Amino acid sequence: MSSKSQDVEALIGQKYRHGFVTDIESDSLPPGLDEGVVRAISLKKKEPAFLLDWRLKAFRHWQTMQEPMWAHVHYKPIDYQDISYYSAPRAPQNAPKSIDEVDPKLLATYAKLGIPLHERARLAGVAVDAVFDSVSVATTFKEKLGKAGVIFCSFSDAVRDHPQLIERYLGSVVPPGDNFFAALNSAVFSDGSFVYLPPGVRCPMELSTYFRINAAKTGQFERTLIVAAEGASVSYLEGCTAPMRDENQLHAAVVELVALDDARIKYSTVQNWYPGDENGIGGIYNFVTKRGECRGRNSRISWTQVETGSAITWKYPSCILKGENSVGEFYSVAVANNYQQADTGTKMIHIGRNTRSTIVSKGISAGHAENTYRGLVKILPSAAGARNFTQCDSLLMGAKCAAHTFPYMEVKNPTATVEHEASTSKIGEDQLFYCLQRGISAEDAVNMIVSGFCKVVFKELPMEFAVEAQNLLSVSLEGAVG
Amino acid sequence: MLLKISGLSARVAGKEILKGINLEVKAGEVHAIMGPNGSGKSTLAQVLAGREDYEVTGGSVTFEGRDLLALPAEERARAGLFLGFQYPVEIPGVNNVYLLKAALNAKRKAAGEPEVDAYEFLALIKQKMKLMQMSETFLTRGVNEGFSGGEKKRNEVLQMLVLEPKLAILDETDSGLDIDALKVVSMGVNSLRDPKRAVVLVTHYQRLLDYIVPDQVHVLSAGRILKSGDRSLALELERRGYDWVVESQVA
Repeated sequence: MSSKSQDVEALIGQKYRHGFVTDIESDSLPPGLDEGVVRAISLKKKEPAFLLDWRLKAFRHWQTMQEPMWAHVHYKPIDYQDISYYSAPRAPQNAPKSIDEVDPKLLATYAKLGIPLHERARLAGVAVDAVFDSVSVATTFKEKLGKAGVIFCSFSDAVRDHPQLIERYLGSVVPPGDNFFAALNSAVFSDGSFVYLPPGVRCPMELSTYFRINAAKTGQFERTLIVAAEGASVSYLEGCTAPMRDENQLHAAVVELVALDDARIKYSTVQNWYPGDENGIGGIYNFVTKRGECRGRNSRISWTQVETGSAITWKYPSCILKGENSVGEFYSVAVANNYQQADTGTKMIHIGRNTRSTIVSKGISAGHAENTYRGLVKILPSAAGARNFTQCDSLLMGAKCAAHTFPYMEVKNPTATVEHEASTSKIGEDQLFYCLQRGISAEDAVNMIVSGFCKVVFKELPMEFAVEAQNLLSVSLEGAVG
Repeated sequence: MLLKISGLSARVAGKEILKGINLEVKAGEVHAIMGPNGSGKSTLAQVLAGREDYEVTGGSVTFEGRDLLALPAEERARAGLFLGFQYPVEIPGVNNVYLLKAALNAKRKAAGEPEVDAYEFLALIKQKMKLMQMSETFLTRGVNEGFSGGEKKRNEVLQMLVLEPKLAILDETDSGLDIDALKVVSMGVNSLRDPKRAVVLVTHYQRLLDYIVPDQVHVLSAGRILKSGDRSLALELERRGYDWVVESQVA
């Protein structure tokens, strides 16, 4: 009999598929962080004064803050002075005006990532605002979206072209001093994406941004702001990948969503940052603040995330349900293999009457990984008739990994209904043997069992990405049963 | 010889369960293995199917002349060995039909045959489901998810009919079935009887053998086959229990 555990070792040892480095001259700031760096970033980006002030305020606040230590993750202290806070691919002259002008090497990189902008975007009807390190290099479908009245551009372009919208909405959901990492991001963010849907506009296609950290020793601090005005709707997907490096890299992003009356925002993430090697060396530290505010009546915000990468994930996409009858949803699959650590979950803050929220969290742990669900359901006295349903399931593969669940609930209105279900199961030897006995390989069997476990979440992903997520899951977990 | 077991010994968690089993099964035959609880019947079935936590400590098994024990479980299955589980496990979220199609295609691929397409497969499975008197809702349900005991056993036989194994080992497929379900399951098994195939039934009850008539009956006790005979042995066991077989051995 061939030893199953040997196969497992071989499969776990599989190389990170996106681990290549693109050799492009970068225009970077030297490592270090002080007010001068914040000013330099703002200057490089030719920002208006209000934004520089905003950054400086955030920076000064950040200096008074302590790095949070409450998460169930362990890592060596981060030296914030050892990080370069700005890295942009150096364009030959000015920024490219069309995709044909984009450095072919960059385009090749995207092709390796599986997102050939020319082909796939057109075929799939997806507009990709590709963020390479910190600056957007290509935006497709701008025209088509423009006709529909949708603004979809890099954050820098938005600052230049729509400063009034930025000034109005930036930091209105995640204030600059919200938390340590959000404050850091607010001070030094270099780029990101901006989406604005005017009243009544349904976005004619899925919007998508791929982030990728390329230059060594640069933190990536992107910022995404999506505003859906009255009756507008949009589905947005973010995918993330990073090259393999021995040292750890910091990623501290902020995402803000604003939904006005009857608006809908669906935000899906497939996160595949480099997780470190099988001994836990290297990998991305992913400290991200994502929050949406259902500001208007009957508005709806859905977060769907498939988190397979990063050495450390610290992330709680949340919803503030202010508008009457507004709905918040959180569907999550978090995978941690080898020495990955994930502390993720959501917060649902019910403020308006008859607000509803749904939380479905599926955690998968393998190897020596630690996987934590941390969630808060808070129902304020004003939220009469609020309802929440929470389901947290954990799947353990092997004996050395761990799953933790910390569900917090604060209910301050007696008419509210809060339901919580939780389960922990092991990929049973029984399930595996059952599949083997039917002639199915161990690898296929594990994929099948895990996909079954995650099905309810995958159903929430836009179709073309559900397939990708499933593939990603197989790569992350291939043979991780011991 | 389809299956030849010689002096097979095996242990589970350090405890010797099988202590030198000898058994030969020819194509076209049906064998019944009976015996008291804890005699090693299920262990024998699991060892033949290749479960890893069962450690073979001695003896040999050949399947169509090949060394069966050298093959991993999935290759045994693809070679045509099927185990109908005593307690079929639930796999939530994995579609029943999807698993079965993957199983059939794994087997076909190993045999160098083309994979079955979705239409062909649906036609095939609908035909077999009709035979097993299963409702079409089975098509959309998860593997054994929320199935009753009887439904699980029917599902095992359905899988067997689709995979058409050379050797089917059915581990207490009759337990927990009412008489109508027993008839349906038996009919399913009988429909597979054919000069090229063999069936090994592991059972406690003679009742099953009224519907699936065996060529040989073996009594397994304390890890050894103590007595073999024809169908009349099963009837005698039903009348007299197992003790006399054990005692006659001691004497």
